[in-house]
Amino acid sequence: MRSVLTALGIIIGVAAVIAMVGIGNGAKAQVEAQIASLGQNVILIFSGSTTSSGIRTGWGGAGTLKVEDAEAIRREVPGVIAVSEEVVSTTQVAAGNQNWFTRIYGESADYFDIRQWPLADGSPFTDQDVRSANKVCVIGRTTASQIYGNDDAVGQILRVKNVPFTVTGILTPKGLSTQGVDQDDIVIMPYTSAMKRVSGGTTLRNINVQVSDGNQIAAAQQQIIALLRQRHNIRPGRDDDFTVRNQEEIADAATATTAVMTVLLGSIAGVSLVVGGIGIMNIMLVSVTERTREIGTRMAVGAHGSDILTQFLIEAVTLSSVGGVIGIIFGIGASQVLSSYAHWPTLISLTSVIIAFMFSAAVGIFFGFYPARKAAALDPIEALRYE
Amino acid sequence: MKAEEVETKNGEVVKLVDVHKTYHTGDVDVHAVRGVSLEIGRGEFVALMGASGSGKSTLMNILGCLDRPTSGRYVLDDADVSVLDRDQLADIRNHKLGFVFQSFNLLPRTSARENVELPLLYGTRSLTGAQLRDKADGVLASVGLAGREDHHPSQLSGGQQQRVAIARALVNDPEVLLADEPTGNLDSRTSVEIMGIFQQLNERGITIIMVTHEQDIAAYARRNVVMRDGVILNDFNVAQRLSAMTELEKIAPIDSEPQS
Repeated sequence: MRSVLTALGIIIGVAAVIAMVGIGNGAKAQVEAQIASLGQNVILIFSGSTTSSGIRTGWGGAGTLKVEDAEAIRREVPGVIAVSEEVVSTTQVAAGNQNWFTRIYGESADYFDIRQWPLADGSPFTDQDVRSANKVCVIGRTTASQIYGNDDAVGQILRVKNVPFTVTGILTPKGLSTQGVDQDDIVIMPYTSAMKRVSGGTTLRNINVQVSDGNQIAAAQQQIIALLRQRHNIRPGRDDDFTVRNQEEIADAATATTAVMTVLLGSIAGVSLVVGGIGIMNIMLVSVTERTREIGTRMAVGAHGSDILTQFLIEAVTLSSVGGVIGIIFGIGASQVLSSYAHWPTLISLTSVIIAFMFSAAVGIFFGFYPARKAAALDPIEALRYE
Repeated sequence: MKAEEVETKNGEVVKLVDVHKTYHTGDVDVHAVRGVSLEIGRGEFVALMGASGSGKSTLMNILGCLDRPTSGRYVLDDADVSVLDRDQLADIRNHKLGFVFQSFNLLPRTSARENVELPLLYGTRSLTGAQLRDKADGVLASVGLAGREDHHPSQLSGGQQQRVAIARALVNDPEVLLADEPTGNLDSRTSVEIMGIFQQLNERGITIIMVTHEQDIAAYARRNVVMRDGVILNDFNVAQRLSAMTELEKIAPIDSEPQS
């Protein structure tokens, strides 16, 4: 009973570590999946610069990117295999008596390849649609169900700012983004159609560029910067009026945040593991005192100090390891509960389980050592006489 | 007579030469043993007697290699043990000495067999589980506890517990069996039974040194050594030695437990 209570400290500690690190890793994995869903070997060019003439306009702030810039990148930068001009607006869409407020993305036909975003149903729009600014679009699952309910959306008419578009396909669902935005609440149409019939603008928010392999990203990025500076007549020494980011940079920033979160959660949980260790030390000290005569007897029949030390260390480590194993089971259980009820993504890695177990054993050794050494250093005569 | 015969055959197993022991408690030095020289031959049965504070317990601790003399020499089985360190003394205790305590000192929640196996586990010989078991069961049978190997101390009477302790002391075939007030916690009948076991063991040639303050218990030994104020006051062979067998018959003629 007493051992169970003692081990409980370790059980809770290990369970907390496992669950917390699981949540952290889950968040990290989700962010990574999100970043990966941007597509492979992707460079993003945003209109505007974070430091344009000292004024922070933010990404996509000032309309400095032109359709011709995208054309130039497609034409002149080696290694580029796909380019998608992007314009974004939010507006009311309607069909029949249903309407819905959603995001309208104008893209090129390459977009679905760059984002690796296949269609669940129907077909995407084509280069011909883009060139002719045809009134076609593909829509996300959420938008489809809001407007058409359970009816098949493909082939239906969707009115965007009272312009009738034909829905040619439904995107495969992607779920929530890390920012909590529903990625399936979207309408994607040719950027030409979007600029001409919906937003009315003449500049792009950003350009998505895909290069053929990862080694070319840096070179391509440099060439894009040089090309755009030249096209925008930016003299040497002046700031860019655009911002270029590649996928890795975005991924690094995002994973760094979640890594900090994981470490933070893990170390808070680690504190409870240390508290559990102190519990073990306490009970071992009590045990040594209670069993002083036993220790004396063992010494009288020939036990070395090292035998006594080993015996008590093994007891402490057994206590903490058993607690560790039970804690791992509870921790995994707690993560499962969190995933299914709170819908937090959790990811238990084998590494974190092994580390948690090793750590609990180490806690046993660390906090068991002092009581064990105390037992081993007992004078056999005093120990035998102890009442 | 008999003691002398054994001594001439095997020589002394214990030899103390001018042993002193001083304890430092705070500012006061307690001179517990003040120059004891003693020789005990192989096969002797010695009762070490004296009032409390006479130094007999201190001398017993030194004889049991639990403590080292402040000065003087202690030769056990032709080896000077007064110069050994903690671990070496532990090995001597394991190989050459067997302990029997007043309060038995058995491990609770541990079977009689496992208690007896304990010294074997700390020995240098590595035995298999079956060998340990055979050895422990054999010694338990020799003290009349065959069939009680799996009993825990709480399931045994005081006399039976002390027999388990004796079995534990004997399991490593020691040179000397040391008993510290072995009958102090037992009633008179059980005390005589334990003395019976000691006498039988002694007949088999085992050297026994027993601390007691009871005159009638000391009478079962062959030789009595009386201490007072840290020195040996008296050292004599017991003239009218009691036999546990005959005493038992006197106490309970109808119900004398057979000793194996």
